[in-house]
Amino acid sequence: MSILVNRSTRLLVQGITGREGSFHTGQMVAYGTQVVAGVVPGRGGQATADGVPIFDSVAQAVAATGANASVIFVPAPLAADAALEAQASGIEVVVAITEGIPARDMPAVIRQCRAGGTYLIGPNCPGLITPGACKIGIMPGDIFAEGPVGMVSRSGTLTYEIVDHLTRAGIGQSTCVGIGGDPMIGTTFADLLPLYEADPQTEVVVLVGEIGGSDEETAAAMVGQFSKPVVAFIGGRTAPPGKRMGHAGAIISCKTGTAQAKVAAFEAAGVPVAATPQEIPGLVAEALRRA
Amino acid sequence: MKLHEYQAKELLARYGAPTPRSGGVASTPEEVEAAVEALGGRGVLKAQVHTGGRGKAGGIKVAESPAQARELAQSMLGMLLKTHQSPQGERVLKLLVEEPIQIVQEYYIGIVPDRARQCNVIIASAMGGMDIETVAEEHPEAVVHVAVDPAVGLRDFHARMAVYGAGIPAEHAKAAAAFVKTLYAAYDACDANMAEINPLAVTSDGRLVAADAKMVIDDNALYRHADMEAWKEESEEDPIEAEAHRRGIQYVRLGGDIGVIGNGAGLVMSTLDEVARAGGKAANFLDIGGGARAETVRNSLEVVLLDPNVRGVLFNIFGGITRGDEVAKGILEATSAMDIRVPMVVRLAGTRAAEGRALLEGSPLTPAETMQEAAARVVELAYA
Repeated sequence: MSILVNRSTRLLVQGITGREGSFHTGQMVAYGTQVVAGVVPGRGGQATADGVPIFDSVAQAVAATGANASVIFVPAPLAADAALEAQASGIEVVVAITEGIPARDMPAVIRQCRAGGTYLIGPNCPGLITPGACKIGIMPGDIFAEGPVGMVSRSGTLTYEIVDHLTRAGIGQSTCVGIGGDPMIGTTFADLLPLYEADPQTEVVVLVGEIGGSDEETAAAMVGQFSKPVVAFIGGRTAPPGKRMGHAGAIISCKTGTAQAKVAAFEAAGVPVAATPQEIPGLVAEALRRA
Repeated sequence: MKLHEYQAKELLARYGAPTPRSGGVASTPEEVEAAVEALGGRGVLKAQVHTGGRGKAGGIKVAESPAQARELAQSMLGMLLKTHQSPQGERVLKLLVEEPIQIVQEYYIGIVPDRARQCNVIIASAMGGMDIETVAEEHPEAVVHVAVDPAVGLRDFHARMAVYGAGIPAEHAKAAAAFVKTLYAAYDACDANMAEINPLAVTSDGRLVAADAKMVIDDNALYRHADMEAWKEESEEDPIEAEAHRRGIQYVRLGGDIGVIGNGAGLVMSTLDEVARAGGKAANFLDIGGGARAETVRNSLEVVLLDPNVRGVLFNIFGGITRGDEVAKGILEATSAMDIRVPMVVRLAGTRAAEGRALLEGSPLTPAETMQEAAARVVELAYA
């Protein structure tokens, strides 16, 4: 089992002929993901080098292929529209890899997806992966392994760093979700905790947060409702206030969003917080023994 | 992108907000003198820097004559203005010249996004003229928050809720509500992620004017605002940051002495934390992004070494789609072409990391297995 995506997920790629879209389509196909369609307006009827059929619209692609998940590689000015199109066409999981979408474009997309019961992952995220079954996004597939850890993170490479430590320690993952580094994202830690709770494969959840916003605090307040143990890590403990640290969402403003507040919230909820990524496998192993 | 006061006021005026009569922005004493002359002989000179608390720090002065304005400008232009918000100081390159106003009362209005609820929030208070954070801490009852659903937009009742909720007296409520609407219109149309008027001043003749204004524009939305392109350079707060951004490098200067280069914002932030745990102080944040090529690596290293305080450099690369051997080649190419006198530690992991490490053998670079080890090593070498 897993959350959100599995072997039967049928993926379509919005922006499949672009540089990123075409490269990562090849990588996803090689991993074993069922990539059933691509969408590029005006290029319907063609096919990619990997043999994936291209459609003019998401609705046409869904009707012809039964696609139920979408990954978005289109440029930032067009990405909000692409996500809304996927939602309007009945896609269940929309993964927006695109970085740099204006914040003002996101509220309507997030609200529309929530109202329609669509999971929007991202934007500005690496995607999500159920190891051995389905990879949607840009993460290197070979560092992941099947196992009991559900992982959710605001950062891409930090996820790889931590997954690499886990896999080397012989601890695999159920589903890893990169929720994105923007201030406004479709799916938060709090949205995913209930899914991991309901997933029989997941035994421990690793939550990787960073400075900015209050999603970590919201999640910390919820963990008491769940039976599965959580291990946390917070990046940016030494970041100064008022500076955007790469991610648009990683900024401490008006004294909110500090790493210290997030660590304190988790500790108050009984969640162990790793001081460094290297400590995570040990904390997870201990949680697995208790689970 | 942070806007200067004069830029924010220019935008607000475009949307109809009353601001003090302006003599323009000036960068030489002669220009300042002429601006004060044009205003009728008296003027306020306001340093255009990205920090609050300018008045107390000597960044705002009143000139009683054009000659005095010239004299004051000579001492103000080029000065390093140190305020409680910016103790390291900000260089004053421009002065805004305005007519002096007699302020009898100060209010506050601001707008920020609420990221968790995906809406905008109006913040208002009858206690203006100071940091709103301080007011919120010391007098939470004096600050009102009104959420605005962006799909509905700002309606008259929102503005009334903010103004009456803040306790702004009835005689000024109508004018203050008009300011809320104008501020929201500018915030929305300009893709701002922060806009405030502080103080919203009541003058001795009973008018309301935006005596000071701040706006921050969403960097991701700048492509829709060609008219702000010219302000980009002026928004820079640090010369090395400015150079980095010119080269398309994501760099934030942090003031320490260990240069840090990595791929991915989260990984770089965690690397800075490791440097601190190892007893060092990071000089910068630098994210080379995905799929970095030799040229990006060289540019990044050059930018990091522009900081004269840097005593050691740490590379932390987790190869995903970025291949370890490609990065190693980039580092070797960059370092062989440069005269580098500080120790450099390289940690490569992930895709083709072993090949990358093999390439670095025999070079003056120190390899490290883990991020933790790399941080400890660079600190040790830099402070040796």
